[in-house]
Amino acid sequence: MSNQSERSLLSRIFRRGPWETAATLFIAAGVLMLLQPFAMILYTMSFITTLIGVVMFIVVTKFPE
Amino acid sequence: MTGQTPPDRIAERVAAATPQALATGVRGLSDRAIAWIFITPTMLLLLAINIFPLIWTIQLSFTNFRANRTNAAVKNVGIDNYTSILSDPDIWAAMQSTAHFVFWTIILQTLIGFTLAWLLDRKFRGHGFWTTIILIPMMLSPAVVGNFWRFLYQPQIGLFNYIIAFFTGVDPSSFEMIGSVQLAPWSIIIVDTWMWTPYVMLICLAGLRSIPDYIYEAAEVDRASHWRQFWSITIPMALPFIMLAVLFRGIENFKMFDMVNLLTSGGPGSTTEVASITLKREAFEKWRTGFSSAFAIILFVTVFGLANIYVKALNQVKSR
Repeated sequence: MSNQSERSLLSRIFRRGPWETAATLFIAAGVLMLLQPFAMILYTMSFITTLIGVVMFIVVTKFPE
Repeated sequence: MTGQTPPDRIAERVAAATPQALATGVRGLSDRAIAWIFITPTMLLLLAINIFPLIWTIQLSFTNFRANRTNAAVKNVGIDNYTSILSDPDIWAAMQSTAHFVFWTIILQTLIGFTLAWLLDRKFRGHGFWTTIILIPMMLSPAVVGNFWRFLYQPQIGLFNYIIAFFTGVDPSSFEMIGSVQLAPWSIIIVDTWMWTPYVMLICLAGLRSIPDYIYEAAEVDRASHWRQFWSITIPMALPFIMLAVLFRGIENFKMFDMVNLLTSGGPGSTTEVASITLKREAFEKWRTGFSSAFAIILFVTVFGLANIYVKALNQVKSR
């Protein structure tokens, strides 16, 4: 019984939709940070942000719908 | 009688035509094994020309390797190449030039492309002819486009300066599109817009043609004005297609090289030095191969991220 509820909790947390949106937001933020002309620190942090988004996107596309 | 050969007869004829040695070899294999035999050459080719260079570039990006000094000792520098790229004001400036180019080309191409698509969707007399005429720039090679726009932009003999002079009254030889620091970024934006607006128009046209007529008929019955129909039906229903065009052009223009290289080569100074031109200079003029590999990886990850968003948007459009 507890096994089943644990599984349903996991499947509720690891749904593809919201995680994919989060990954997309990370990528978009990374690209904007790379191209913006305002702060050097944002430019410096841009690659790691995009990379996190891309890795996250690759992982979360394996999650169930 | 349909005149067609039954499938069983075709299979029999193919089996009979197969050489005996090959037939004996294949007969003992499972379907899965045969499928692997067919796809293995393609997989090997893909590994050799795509995956291997990528892995090699990643490896080089952590070294101080220089392709013009192959005998020099190669030192592992860790993430130094990445940190120096991401704190280099010159490369940041190149990124801003890229951003300026990408931003304005997308704005102009989307506005003009959607307007053209909207006009062509009216199905007036000769709309097929005009669609073909508008599509011509897209079919040309960027090398051809770059070369003939260089002639068009010539201050003494170029047609572009004369057209501007005709409409504004300024002296045609008083300004130089490619040679001026202020105008050079706009010269590449104009050429890219001229060349790729038809592509955006095609995608928008597909979006507009996918809107069913009965929605407009229902809106007419409800006495919705044309303006209201445009904002409440046309734009929301064509929006996924517009987004698709924007993403595709964004990705393409982010890595734009050929046309900019032919038109301005990044000049005057470094005003039109977009990211790919900087990459070429670092790799093949300064010969900093390790450094340029790291830069290539940064651009690759960015384009790969954008491509993921593009595929997601494409799936959403498909599921409509």
